[in-house]
This record gives sequence, structure tokens and C-alpha cells, in this order.
Amino acid sequence: MAVPSYAGPLERTWYYTFRFLCAAIFIFLIAPILVIVPLSFNAEPYFSFTQGMLTLDPDAYSLRWYEEFLTSDRWLESIKNSVIIAFFSTILSAALGTLAALGLNRSELPFKGMIMGLLISPMIVPLIIAAAGMFFFYSKLGIAQSYIGLILAHTALGTPFVVITVTATLSGFDHTLIKAGASLGATPTYTFFRVTMPLIMTGVISGALFAMMTSFDEVIVAIFIAGVEQRTIPLQMWSGIREQISPTILAVATILITFSVIMLSTVEILRRRSDRIRGIT
Amino acid sequence: MSISVEANKGELAPEEQKRLKADLHRSLRRNKIRASMLVAPLVIFIIVTFVAPIGNMLYRSVDDPLVNEFMPQTTAALENWDEQQLPDEAIYAALAQDIIEGRKAKTIGKAAKRLNYEKSGMRSLIMGTSRKHKKLQAPYKESLVDIKKGWGDIDNWKVIKRLGASITASYYINAFDMETSPEGEVSFVDPKEQIYLKLFWRTIWMSMLITGMTVLLGYPVSYLLASLPLKTANVLMILVLLPFWTSLLVRTSSWIAMLQAQGILNDLLVWFGIIADEARIQMIYNAIGTVVAMTHILLPFMILPLYSVMKTVPPSYLRAARSLGATPWTAFWQVYLPQTVPGISAGAILVFILSIGYYITPALVGGQSGQFIGNLIAYHMQGSLNWGLAAALGVMLLVLVLGIYGVYNRVVGTNSVKLG
Repeated sequence: MAVPSYAGPLERTWYYTFRFLCAAIFIFLIAPILVIVPLSFNAEPYFSFTQGMLTLDPDAYSLRWYEEFLTSDRWLESIKNSVIIAFFSTILSAALGTLAALGLNRSELPFKGMIMGLLISPMIVPLIIAAAGMFFFYSKLGIAQSYIGLILAHTALGTPFVVITVTATLSGFDHTLIKAGASLGATPTYTFFRVTMPLIMTGVISGALFAMMTSFDEVIVAIFIAGVEQRTIPLQMWSGIREQISPTILAVATILITFSVIMLSTVEILRRRSDRIRGIT
Repeated sequence: MSISVEANKGELAPEEQKRLKADLHRSLRRNKIRASMLVAPLVIFIIVTFVAPIGNMLYRSVDDPLVNEFMPQTTAALENWDEQQLPDEAIYAALAQDIIEGRKAKTIGKAAKRLNYEKSGMRSLIMGTSRKHKKLQAPYKESLVDIKKGWGDIDNWKVIKRLGASITASYYINAFDMETSPEGEVSFVDPKEQIYLKLFWRTIWMSMLITGMTVLLGYPVSYLLASLPLKTANVLMILVLLPFWTSLLVRTSSWIAMLQAQGILNDLLVWFGIIADEARIQMIYNAIGTVVAMTHILLPFMILPLYSVMKTVPPSYLRAARSLGATPWTAFWQVYLPQTVPGISAGAILVFILSIGYYITPALVGGQSGQFIGNLIAYHMQGSLNWGLAAALGVMLLVLVLGIYGVYNRVVGTNSVKLG
């Protein structure tokens, strides 16, 4: 978008105003995330920039909050819990979601619309409602305040992402490939692993990453059904922000931001690879 | 499988036609079953881990076993009571029995608490009687009224009888800010005392405000992204996607750092001399904090669908409009905007649905004036432990969200939900 040569002065002014406006919105989007990073190196227990930080005095910066994070038993415990829960729920979501997406892609499936609605309902229903319902129901089953309860809950919340991404990859899928495999004498299982799987793999992985982020970031269900032993990172942050707000949270936040950057790049690379394979670009 | 064709005619024999039809039918059914088998595990999983808990909550919002369970004899005896005058001696005797047994089993308090939600004073009436249980003796009617005058009040008995039924609408009556008179008539409470309806309206209103803000901020950015060359757009897209991938709690806590009285925005304003150091603006722990933080959090959900729709609008249309003499404004308003309406509505409904159920962000930055209905549900779940009311409020919110989602489905269609 450049200024067209026929544009008058008024239009030129508007063009630059528009650019300025967009820049301001981009700053609004990204500033809160960038601001966290330097604040986490604050030497003082404050949530704002100190005089020393503004004058770039090296003494005003320190790693003490990172040290506190890495030496606190509660935080280390929460990392362990988050990793365990995210790991199992991601694998479960990916497996169940991929199978379902393969079924949804077949034209013979009856009640397709209804099933799709049911499968993505965990994305639509407000989390507070799901969490309250799970609290009652899981307590009755005796799996509240246990790893199993949290893993099952997070799996349910993660599957819609897998279903959606894999369905999207499958939408460009050439079904004659499967028939070709069969006509050349391959068994359905063999065709699945050698033909279908490599083509939908990018969708499966990015769906799994979405599911993993969901579990890693989920706090409402955790508030209701996690016991003291299952405190996750978001749960620890939640109580940290509510009770006494210390820059340790900013250190954790910075680490999580780094994590999101890695995730985001992976998903983007996968998406481009998938577009290339399917010849879209 | 061999197919015999009748000589010269090129047609199948009737029995062959029949067999072929049956074969086709069988193979179609097999495919149908195979497809269903692939979907079945997840469908069952979602029903057990997700739908059943919500169904259970639905039941809880009308289920009211406490009084029935912990005052069994009284509720049974009251079944045939005509509510015209005070109950007779037999019912008083049943009550005395329930109180004595309930005291022993330590369950009478639960029934008393439930009754108190309905009519304040019931708790002290029952617990006071329970403390003086030694004085209970036949004739029970006299001795009960002697211990607590409340037992001579017919309204208290009506409350017990009403709550003795195991299915109740009382939580919904409560959640709609209505009350039941002792005569059993349901009416709205004084508008000044409304809690829940007021909060529902505020939640809807603030969600609309947030949706409006995301349209306002998302539209120009999406337009810019859609009109830039793909390479530049992809780079700028990172600025949209990074917040999208960042933890909700991280973004909320960074808004605390930005907006608080000693925060960055106030510091900047003071530094530029726009406000005095003593006159720092309270921008957080109120409705402003909720709106700003949630607009930021939900903005990517507006930009992504808008961008994908705008990508499909051919830029030549705008040039054509200009070449036919339209002013830039007319070209935009008459030609461009109508083509992006599907994107706006998809994004707006998505943002609205997400925001109406929010809980975490309002709880952390909302203070008093920025609370949503979700916060009250959490309060009744964990604070007041009035689970029936929490369930009723939850069901009301669910119906609202599903209704809006139904509209979304009509407008956009589930299959076009895309990520990233």
C-alpha cells in the first residue's frame, strides 16, 4: 500500500495519519509484553522502573528474581506438575483429536454438524462453567484433586484445537492417494502410516502445540480441581498475583514469553511447510 | 463376485440388480461404521469428561436434597399439611425428632443453613432450638413454641414445606433477583437490591464495549496487514501472534505493571508533565482496567478472522471505484466495507462469546466495578459455598453463550473456524 500518484494533499495527510494510527495499535499490542522483560531484572522488589534502571546503572539490574524462582520449592514443584500434566494431556488430545478429524473428513459420517458442534464445545463453553461442573462431577468420581482429573480435564479442553487444525490440513488432502496406495497392494494401515500420516503430520503437531499451550496456560479449571499437590505454574502465578505481588512473577512471565516465542516460530514454520507440501503458498 | 450380463441386452438380470444393490448398501454401511468408529473415542471422551459434568451442574441447579435429606420426618409429615393454620402436634413431634437426631448426626446445621438462604432467621431458629434440645418434651407444640417463638409463625413452616420438595426453582428465583413471599408468590426484588441481573447486564454491556473496541482497533490494523506485501505483512503479523501465544496471566500481570498508580503509564504522564505526581490516575482495579486488559487480550481474535476475509477482497475493486469518480471515503464505505462485513461479524461474535465468560482478568484487575458474572459464580462456588445458586447462574450464562453461538454458526459456520 503506497500513496497513489493521483492522491491529493488531504489524502496524503490521511495516509500518514493512518500509518501512525496503526503503529500506535501495534505498540498497544506488543508493549505490555516487551515491558515485562526489563522489569524482571529489577534489583528492587518493585513492579515499576526505578531511577537506576532508567539511567542504565548496572547495579539496578540483577538476576535475583530468577534465582528466587529457581530455588523456590513451590515454583519448582509447579514446573514439575505443569510438565507432567501438559505432557499427558497433549498426547491424549493429539491421539483422540487426530482420529476424530480423520473420521470427520469422511463424507459417509452421519450427523457431522452435530458431532463437530459437540467436539468443539470445550472451546465455546466459558471455562468457569466447565470448571464448576467438573468440580462437582470429578469430586463425585473421586478424581478431583488428582493428576488424573487435571489431565482428563485439560485433554478435553485441548482436543478442539487438534480437531480443527487436522481437519484444516485434511481439507486439501487428495483422497486418490489412498486409493492409489490400495491399488498398489498396500494394507490400509500401511497406507495410513506411509501416505496419510506424513501429509497431515504438520496439522497434528501444530494442533498438539495448541493443546499443550492450553494445558500450560490453563488456570480456571486448575483453581477448582487441583489439590495442593497439583499446583501448576499458572495456579502458582494466580495466587502470587492475588496475595503478594513480587517480581518473581515477572521473571516467570519472561521465561514463559521466551517459551511462547519458540512455540510461535515452530507453528509458523510448520504452517509454511504444510502450505508448501500441499502446493498452496 | 461375478456378474452375469444377459446376452445382447446389456442389462443386468433382476436378481443381479438386487444383489448389487445389497452389496453397495453393505459397503456404504461399512464405511459409515468405519467413519463413526474413528470419531467415537473422542465423542465418548468429551461426553464423559466435559458434557456430563455440565449436565450434572444443570441438575444441581434444581436439585435441593438438603432439607429433604436431613429433616426427613418433618418433610414427610408436612406433605399433607394444608398451610391454612399451624401444623398439628404430630408434625411438631416429627420436627422435635428430626432436631434431636440431626443434632446427634451433626447434620441439622446443613438443613438450617439451606433454610436460611430462603428466609433469614431460620438458621438461628433451628440452631437455637437444637441447643436447647433437653427442654424438648411432649406436648411438643407447646414446648417448641416455648423455646423459640418462631415455631408459632406459620410462615416458617411454609418455608420448610416448600424446601422439602427435592426439585426446586428457588436457585433460579434467586438468580433472577426474585423472591418468594410466604404465600408462595414470586416477584422481583426492589431494583435497588438487584445483584445478579445487574451484573448480567454489566457483563453484557462491558463485553459489547470490549467487542466494539476490538473492532475499532482491529479494523485498521487488519486493513494495513491485508494491503501490505506478504513479506512485510508476515513480519508485522508476529506483533499480533506473539500476544496471542503469550500466557493470559502474563498479559494480565503486565497490565498491572503498566496501569497501576506507580506504574509505567502514570510514570510517563508525570514525566511528560501532563499530570501532577500527586494526581496519578487510577486506571486499574476498576472497570477501566478490565476493559483495557481484555481488549488487549482479545484483539488478536478480531484481527485474525478480519485479516483472512480482507485478503480475499480484490484491491482492484477499490481502484475501479476511484476511477469511476468515487471519493476515497465513498469507495471505502460503499465498496470495501460491505465486503468485509463477514469478517467483522465473525470476529465480533467470537470476541463477545469469549469475553462474556471471562473470570481471571476481571478478578485480577477489575476491582469492584470491573467484575463479571463469572466472578460471582466463582464466589458462590468457593466463598459462600452456595453451590445451587452458582450452578443456576452458570446455567443462565451457558444458555446465553450457546444462544449467541447458534447465531455465530448461522452467520459463519463451524467449519470455517481457523487458528493462527
